[in-house]
Amino acid sequence: MKTGKNDLKVENGESVGIIAAQSIGEPGTQMTMNVFHHAGVSDMTITQGLPRIIEIFDARKNPSTPSMIIYIKPEFEKDEKIVRNVAARLLEINLSDLTKSVNIDLLNFRVIINLDDEKLGSYDISIDEIIENLSSRVKNASYEKNENSIIVKPDSDLTVINVYKFRAKLLSTYVRGVKGINQVLPVRYGSGYIIKTSGTNLSKVMKIPEIDEMRTVTNDIWEILEVLGIDAAREAIINEVYATLDAQGLDVDSRHVMIVADQMTNTGIISGITRYGIVGSKSSPLARASFETPIKHLFGASVHNEVDSLRGVIENVMINQPAPVGTGLPKLMVKQKKESKK
Amino acid sequence: MSDVYVDHVFLGNHSNALEFVKGVKKLRSDGKIPEFINVFYDESEDKIEILTEKGRIRRPLIIVENGKSRITDVHLSKLQKGELVWSDLVKEGVVEFLDADEEENAFISLNEKELTSEHTHLELTPFAVVGLLTGMVPYAEHNQGPRVSFGSKLQKQGVGVYAQNFHLRQDTDTHLLHYPQRPIVETIVLNHINYDDHPIGQNVVIAVMSFDGYNMHDSIIINKASIERGLFRSTYFKPYKSSELKYLGGQVDLFEIPDKEVRGFKKEEDYRFLEDDGIIFPESVVTKDDVLIGKTSPPRFLAEMEEFKMGVEARRDASITVDDSGKSVVDTVVITENEEGNKSIKVKLRIPKIPEMGDKFTTRHGQKGVIGIMLAPEDMPQTADGVIPDIIFNPHSLPGRMTVSQLLEMIAGKAGALQGEFIDGTVFDNVGEKEFSKILKNHGFREDGAESLIDGVTGEPLKARILVGNIYYLRLKHLVSSKIHARSRGPMQLLTRQPTEGRAKDGGLRLGEMEKDVLIAHGASLLLKERFDSDKTIIPVCDNCGLTSIYNKFRNESVCPSCKDSRIKFVEMSYAFKLLLDELRSLGIHPKIDVGPKKG
Repeated sequence: MKTGKNDLKVENGESVGIIAAQSIGEPGTQMTMNVFHHAGVSDMTITQGLPRIIEIFDARKNPSTPSMIIYIKPEFEKDEKIVRNVAARLLEINLSDLTKSVNIDLLNFRVIINLDDEKLGSYDISIDEIIENLSSRVKNASYEKNENSIIVKPDSDLTVINVYKFRAKLLSTYVRGVKGINQVLPVRYGSGYIIKTSGTNLSKVMKIPEIDEMRTVTNDIWEILEVLGIDAAREAIINEVYATLDAQGLDVDSRHVMIVADQMTNTGIISGITRYGIVGSKSSPLARASFETPIKHLFGASVHNEVDSLRGVIENVMINQPAPVGTGLPKLMVKQKKESKK
Repeated sequence: MSDVYVDHVFLGNHSNALEFVKGVKKLRSDGKIPEFINVFYDESEDKIEILTEKGRIRRPLIIVENGKSRITDVHLSKLQKGELVWSDLVKEGVVEFLDADEEENAFISLNEKELTSEHTHLELTPFAVVGLLTGMVPYAEHNQGPRVSFGSKLQKQGVGVYAQNFHLRQDTDTHLLHYPQRPIVETIVLNHINYDDHPIGQNVVIAVMSFDGYNMHDSIIINKASIERGLFRSTYFKPYKSSELKYLGGQVDLFEIPDKEVRGFKKEEDYRFLEDDGIIFPESVVTKDDVLIGKTSPPRFLAEMEEFKMGVEARRDASITVDDSGKSVVDTVVITENEEGNKSIKVKLRIPKIPEMGDKFTTRHGQKGVIGIMLAPEDMPQTADGVIPDIIFNPHSLPGRMTVSQLLEMIAGKAGALQGEFIDGTVFDNVGEKEFSKILKNHGFREDGAESLIDGVTGEPLKARILVGNIYYLRLKHLVSSKIHARSRGPMQLLTRQPTEGRAKDGGLRLGEMEKDVLIAHGASLLLKERFDSDKTIIPVCDNCGLTSIYNKFRNESVCPSCKDSRIKFVEMSYAFKLLLDELRSLGIHPKIDVGPKKG
């Protein structure tokens, strides 16, 4: 045990990057071949497997299935009623989700919104609440309740076209919930509940008092960068990649994922492993050209009079010289005697 | 109102869609409109499509009315007597053809027993739901779907009798199995495709057991004595051809024994089998590089002609040689004329292929494997009766793939062999395993087909009982002798100076991108450099401008064609990189090599 810790250290010249790439890549080939994954599981569909890994490593701005896992504060998480209530308040409801029909009264330049009783009941929302929310979001108009309908009158007279535009604006206005959350699903988790969502809005969700903002996560890494900063984004990359691999039953050492996440985040923003991201920021034009779109990079290099100092691995493989990794790294130097100054 | 479309073109409306569809079908069965018209009603879109286009796949089904099949015993007996034929059934409206769309409206029963009043059609026979190739797999209904399609796909690669007149044909790349057999366990499909005229396998005795590790990972152990008695022996036919072309200016190719002075003349002994007309005689035993057809061609360029003036020396050798190592026999020689009226010669070689280690075999159930070892019979286990199996098949291939049909075929085959009759294993319509158990019992075997074996090496009985049965095995066309390949040194490509690619060109085996990465991952930097040294070159580089310059070895002079400087440095690099620099230059990019002292 005395020597144990030092033995585990990576030595100078070890190609940790390539080893990480191979360690993630090899199980990756099995993922594409695994056809028998979640067939017929009626949960929310979340991008899984190889497509998800590619999405993370490319650092796409918009993940194909944004979703959140929302934890409730310990004091509330066991109360199903509160959780369901929170979930209901999270779900984004647009006015159009509640309407039966919309009439435009061109004589008086009014929009008459007929609401659907059944839908109001199922979402447990009152007309007063709708009016309250609408008036705070669409200003410059007066709202009037009339049995099951809302009569909206814009403050200033609009042209006919603008009345139609006004109607469209009204219908797409959300009257309750958090913008972006378009599906909620409270799920049992241990002895309490958590809420899974489709759609994400971390900053707004974290402000809801019942929610445990310490544990709540989203799978949108860019959003995490925006809300919580680069270190959180790095952690998110590691967690997301590791969770995806784990869900496929693949056992990859987390340190391989860490090295990738470090490379993606060490500039302070997230850069994907693409020709625009990490690979594009390499100093050697030959190394960049060997990845993708070689002609573009070579022309670019010649226009800017770039010099390839041939210090990288790829460049040296290309020109068939010993690459500076492993045994190729150490160099011998002749010890020179200092010239004695006269 | 339902919309009515004819071939996707809107025609009109009809108020009662079902009535309308019924009416069209009635007209069709009455022969008032062509029988090739199909009609269907799409409920979700409330539209009726009438299709008359070509290219629709249609299949025959028996029409059912009120839960009763329209085909009657009268029809069946008349059919048997030959008084009725298929087209009569179609005309009478007993059978109709449905296309993929009309099938959507049909409710089809697999067999007559399950008919209810809701059914509209009845399958001609249950196995009609599978195709021709799938129908060739016996007991396929016991298997997982993918295994059945593997099994039917593999049968396409089987070595058999591909045509009865094979000796008259000049096909490319064909195999012929010497002793083909009709399978003991057949399916009805085989009768319909005249399988008996071109079978592709042999019935063998197999034992299901691991043995000495020589049949792990889908390999099989095969009895050497069986092979020596001709099991799975086959012949490979390979044609070579050449024609006398006519060139501009009255020049012609000539079939002849080339003169020694001809350019590209091979060794004299390579031409030893040629007769005076320059063509080899049948039944000569030839090996690699022997000339089959002697031919000379006129020189390729005008310059060559002037240099030597005309004559034999100017012509070049264009003979056709054997490229297969190993002994082969000239089977047939055909002298004929091609489409342009030029004399054309085809020589067909006959190459014997005896099964060897690595050759590929399969059952009809997608259980392919290669020979792991050929064991002498005395080393193989034998049954109490002294039967030595032809093949030992590894049981680990079974549980994961769940090919139950293979086990059934083994027992059925054993029963059939004991009884001396062929067994029908047609999909959905076959005799069950209980029947075979009875037969096996009657012949003094265990009901499950297992037997006690005696180890040939020790003479001791094996502790476990082993399943022994008869099964139809196929030899597949992937033979080791036509794939084996190795190279240490050899031809290089002109452009890149790297080794050529492929067995036909005696090429190297590429150390690819991923293999390169492995060497880097191991930190084996210098090994990596050594592996990529195949196109190593030393290029003189101008010290002044950094471009490739010229070095004259004889005069020991150097000059840079670009800046006329004479100071050069020799740089070692891969030729492919030099090529890259050349190509960049052709793009208008000026890549300079700075050969200064190492910085940093």
